[in-house]
Amino acid sequence: MSVVGQSTKFSTVALPVLAWLVALVFFFPIFWMMLTSFKTDADAVKPEFLFIFKPTLENYINMTENYDYWRFAVNSVITTVFATAFSLFVGVSSAYAMAFNPGRHTKDILMWMLSTKMLPAAAVLYPMTFLTKSFLNLFDTHFLIILVLSLINLPIVIWMLFTYFKEIPKEIIEAGKMDGCSVWGEIKDIVLPLAWGGLASTALLCFIFCWNEAYWTVRLTTTDAATLSKLIEGNRAPEGLFFGRLSAVSTAAVGPIVVLGWFCQKQLVRGLTFGAVK
Amino acid sequence: MASVTLKEVKKSYGDISVIHDVDLIINDGEFVVFVGPSGCGKSTLLRMIAGLEDITGGDIDIANERVNDVAPSKRGVAMVFQTYALYPHMTVYNNMAFGLKQTKLPSWEIDSRVRAAAEVLHITEYLSRTPKALSGGQRQRVAIGRAIVREPEVFLFDEPLSNLDAALRVKTRLEIARLHQRLGTTMIYVTHDQVEAMTLADKIVVLRDGRIEQVGSPIELYEHPRNTFVAQFIGSPKMNFLDHSDLSPAAAKALKIDPKAGIVGIRPEHLQSTTVAKALISASLELVENLGEYALVHMVTEVGRELIVKMERPPKAVAGDLIHLTADAGTIHCFNSETGLRKQPTSRKNSKK
Repeated sequence: MSVVGQSTKFSTVALPVLAWLVALVFFFPIFWMMLTSFKTDADAVKPEFLFIFKPTLENYINMTENYDYWRFAVNSVITTVFATAFSLFVGVSSAYAMAFNPGRHTKDILMWMLSTKMLPAAAVLYPMTFLTKSFLNLFDTHFLIILVLSLINLPIVIWMLFTYFKEIPKEIIEAGKMDGCSVWGEIKDIVLPLAWGGLASTALLCFIFCWNEAYWTVRLTTTDAATLSKLIEGNRAPEGLFFGRLSAVSTAAVGPIVVLGWFCQKQLVRGLTFGAVK
Repeated sequence: MASVTLKEVKKSYGDISVIHDVDLIINDGEFVVFVGPSGCGKSTLLRMIAGLEDITGGDIDIANERVNDVAPSKRGVAMVFQTYALYPHMTVYNNMAFGLKQTKLPSWEIDSRVRAAAEVLHITEYLSRTPKALSGGQRQRVAIGRAIVREPEVFLFDEPLSNLDAALRVKTRLEIARLHQRLGTTMIYVTHDQVEAMTLADKIVVLRDGRIEQVGSPIELYEHPRNTFVAQFIGSPKMNFLDHSDLSPAAAKALKIDPKAGIVGIRPEHLQSTTVAKALISASLELVENLGEYALVHMVTEVGRELIVKMERPPKAVAGDLIHLTADAGTIHCFNSETGLRKQPTSRKNSKK
């Protein structure tokens, strides 16, 4: 850190102010949304009521009583948790194989996996809908959503884990082999403890992506497996734009993930610094 | 304890062959050092014995059992890695106990073995620390301890001292020698440092480009190198090579140097100054490195060949002065200039190839 020591006014005053400004700009829409969620629909569209208004819980009560918020929330939790767990399970196995026993085509496989992320989702909308609805009969099931969320996130999960695993010196794995570790033992006792920070950040990121996914969860569900994304979407369409209600639904949808991120922040930073192998 | 036998062992990566038909017998309890320049295949050969590299061809036997397809942990070998390869997330105790836990030994037995090894290596007080809190030398001891507790039949060392500073290297080298003396276990040790090879080995295996150049005791290799490569590799400073035509014909005849030998090798410690009449070769002084105990005198012959002479005292001469040199007949090595092979017979049949 070459900046340390030269405590100029710029670094002590201007930089933090700048950082706060940037953070505020990013946070403002969310803040606005949270404020709006406590306004009546009538107040919500009036700019003069931006900060001064009569707060109400009406939107939240309405949301839980009339719109079945909890069912959507439970669906979100189920699909996100299982999709994250499944992605990590497949991801850890694949990343282990590719990081420690690379073959001639490992690089190609990694590139190919990344390339699947370049495919526009809309391009496969019709085959996906047709296949799941008429052919596999999986439309609007938890299984389908878990599968789709896992498949969407696997390339990123594998890439991230692969990079973290790569940082573990090969000799440590070899020492494990000399010590008589099985493959599962190597993963459990050596690789995962050493890549713990990486694993945590990968899991969190995967969880966030799964929770926020909207394109497929909206299109491949109706009621049974519908997640919070679908709830937001549903509140937009049928009765026009009721900003107060929409804001309440949105706040309730992003709330859990923001809180989770907030709590894991410490763990993430810890993991990233303690995860250093050397 | 066990012997290790390599029969026509080969290794190739695709079309690139790195080990060519290596035959070698390592006797029970022997301390064998693989030595050679980097890229000569010495580490690969060790890793093949350990089971960390597949064998492309040939057989490796440990304790008279073919181990080509046996898992590393089932070969009765333990390895000390160059980078120590300790488990960073485990305490020193657990680092040493980890392998034993895999074998499902009772915990009291694990505990007693770990404590005994820690005692020997003077690391008892660090048992509850993690490797991060240890110095390089201490980490090295833990790595050795991890090998000892497994009570292997063969110890494998892959350049274990190269990450240590010079003083610690000498100390640890001595400790490894003591360890061998005490345990009497077969040890295979890889290094590129010929001093380590000379001081530790019962038997040195000199490798070049995946082939064995010579196998023999340190003194055999020193006194009777099979070719110019071994001659230059063993001994420090390196052996001086002269062309037969550089020598004074009369002196060469008097010392019975084979007139057909194209290359004449004389070690720096065997050259001594003499009178003009007896000079085998004369060279002008270039530089003196005085190390107190002895001096390394760098000289250049008339035809521009560089010579190093190890002298007890620096010569009373200044740069540019001509110094006349000779050597005892018994210390002069003659090599064929085309093949680089030794002209005189080697003392024993010690070379496998």
